[in-house]
Amino acid sequence: MTTRPLLLTGGHLLDPSIGLDGVGDLLLIDGAVASVGGTIAGPDDAVRVDCRGLHVTPGFIDVHCHLREPGREDVETIATGARAAAAGGFTAVCAMPNTDPVTDNQAAVGFILAQAAKANSSRVYPIGAISVGMNGVQLSEMGEMVAAGAVAVSDDGRPVVSAQLMRTALEYARTFGIPVADHCEEPTLAHGGVMNEGVISARLGLKGIPSESEEIMVIRDILLARRTGGRVHLCHMSTWGSVELIRWGKERGIPVTAEVCPHHLTLTEERVRQYDTNAKMNPPLRTQRDVDALVAALKDGTIDCVATDHAPHHNDEKNREFSDAPNGIVGLETALSVLMTWLVTPGTISLSQLVEKLSCAPARVFGLPGGTLRRGAIADVTVLDAGASWTVQGGDFRSKGRNSPWLGATLTGRVARCIVGGRQVHVRDASA
Amino acid sequence: MTGLGKDLLDLESLSAAQITAILDTAEPLKAISLRAIKKVPTMRGATIVNLFFEASTRTRVSFEFAEKRMSADAVNVAIGNSSVSKGETLVDTARNLEAMKIDMVVIRHQASGAARFLAERIESNVINAGDGTHEHPTQGLLDLLTLRDRWGSLEGKRVCLCGDVLHSRVARSNIHGLRKLGAEVAVCGPRSLLPNGAEEALGVTVFDRIEAAVEWADALNILRLQLERMTAGYIPSLREYNRVFGVTRERLERAPRDLLILHPGPMNRGVEIDSDVADGPHSLILDQVTNGVAIRMAVLYLLRGGRPDLAAAGSAAGE
Repeated sequence: MTTRPLLLTGGHLLDPSIGLDGVGDLLLIDGAVASVGGTIAGPDDAVRVDCRGLHVTPGFIDVHCHLREPGREDVETIATGARAAAAGGFTAVCAMPNTDPVTDNQAAVGFILAQAAKANSSRVYPIGAISVGMNGVQLSEMGEMVAAGAVAVSDDGRPVVSAQLMRTALEYARTFGIPVADHCEEPTLAHGGVMNEGVISARLGLKGIPSESEEIMVIRDILLARRTGGRVHLCHMSTWGSVELIRWGKERGIPVTAEVCPHHLTLTEERVRQYDTNAKMNPPLRTQRDVDALVAALKDGTIDCVATDHAPHHNDEKNREFSDAPNGIVGLETALSVLMTWLVTPGTISLSQLVEKLSCAPARVFGLPGGTLRRGAIADVTVLDAGASWTVQGGDFRSKGRNSPWLGATLTGRVARCIVGGRQVHVRDASA
Repeated sequence: MTGLGKDLLDLESLSAAQITAILDTAEPLKAISLRAIKKVPTMRGATIVNLFFEASTRTRVSFEFAEKRMSADAVNVAIGNSSVSKGETLVDTARNLEAMKIDMVVIRHQASGAARFLAERIESNVINAGDGTHEHPTQGLLDLLTLRDRWGSLEGKRVCLCGDVLHSRVARSNIHGLRKLGAEVAVCGPRSLLPNGAEEALGVTVFDRIEAAVEWADALNILRLQLERMTAGYIPSLREYNRVFGVTRERLERAPRDLLILHPGPMNRGVEIDSDVADGPHSLILDQVTNGVAIRMAVLYLLRGGRPDLAAAGSAAGE
């Protein structure tokens, strides 16, 4: 099935991967970028979209989300997750393997791709488990999973406790050219913790998770990457100490990359004061010092990219005592706007830098197609309205999850269109 | 502002004036418990549920006496024989109780923040009778009343909380209440049982040695050491705890001034406190229990919108 050519006219083309920053047209034909910049006449049968006043960027890529299928289709499916991704400007997302059953074999990888194809929305790239059943003992069949379409391995949600298993995973994954993404958490230190350990946990009487539980694993993983030459990708970094350790590793040329989530870049543990379970996630919200260090690290490249850690939960599970509520928040549909509101509007980073962190960098880090509007690249494009102002309402989410700390917040910047393979998978209703 | 609002969830969010109003209200209510007929009609018709998700004898009985002496209708719900054990959520339990048209809920729960969680979801007044390791405001208030009875004022007095501050809701309520009323507060215990950064987080001085605390303080509030802290690895043994941190007669004899002794109970005699001290001349432990009833009467009364100056009116009329 072919789609008609798509011609986006008069938009502000913004693509740091090729130094594009100015008004121009973009022509997409047969799922690829046919022409970029200047005035393009385009073929007669092209669908023309007036993008004046909007920014046209390479499609965003989320290297870390939880789509819950198979296993918890009541809280998200691959279809609803993919549509949420599209609504948030993500043309591709990487689905973590902590499903039920765990995505730890080629058949499970194939199932996710099949469901994604049926959903016919944003691309979904499966991440396979590091260990069988994510049990932290036996390596999963990474070779077959990569052949089936997995783009990385991770036991996310659980740390790789055994240093020996992590070492072997880095070595084995290196064979197949994929990164090993680790959820850095030293489990004996973090045990029972439900928020950042600090002033507020002491006052609220909630068990804290010290920064060191993350940092101990960060430095362990960096040292193992040095030993093995395997590529380690550090998930959802949350502390200033982690930033210093990653900087140390990168300065030495160790193959380490890292991601940070919008919530860790914008919120602090103060949000937990009223026991708000939508401010409960793992790693937890930390302090202003950590937020400042993470923002600086994103800006200077110590942290490579933004990832959402989109984690839908049922309202009944979140609507309970803080210590018993599950970790995680939804993020796909708010990521761009939250970062525009907190980082771009005040001038901390430019919109171009944000596009680099949401699109170009994740493509580079995970070796995925896209992340660029270069001629010949896949036609994955996000169109955004940088001036739009909107109020977050759970009922408007495409995701089944409503567990967002930004419900009721008024944000700046919104995704207008999401184009995958030259086909528009999300068009925001202008009246909405 | 001396009104309390809808709920009593913690002392951290109360002002000195609000705390003082509760203590002042409790003062004349004490007399009710000394009469032959220990009952005033003040809260007649009010329905109160004592919702206890954790075992408690002292606090539950104290609340129950307070409710009955104020003529409220009280129902005790304990987790062991409620539908909670069948998997019902806290919010459903509360809504069902409220559907029976109750006025107040006294909640004891193992999760920090549970009282607030409930208060945000039901119309009834909610009184926190201990939420996890967060706060136990009525215990804090009765400790304040007990000390104020002795000293007249807490201003400039020095109180040290001894023991497992990390897991103690009593400690948090005491620290906030004492500081708001002008007392200096310290904590003393093994660092593994103190919140990391307690000085900054809670505004207290930290003593590593009980001897230093004894030398500094005007009163020691000795916290219960839960026996499971040893099995969980926070301390090596109860024996060593007693030898290093136990409040003993020998240690108290070195105090430069008379030192008042409080303990929220239940006590582990021979662990955090020796019997000589618990039963000694400076112990206020039973006064605490007596004052607990008056404090809870005052809180119930004030939350129902009662005027502080009329709290004991029923009592006066009955005499």
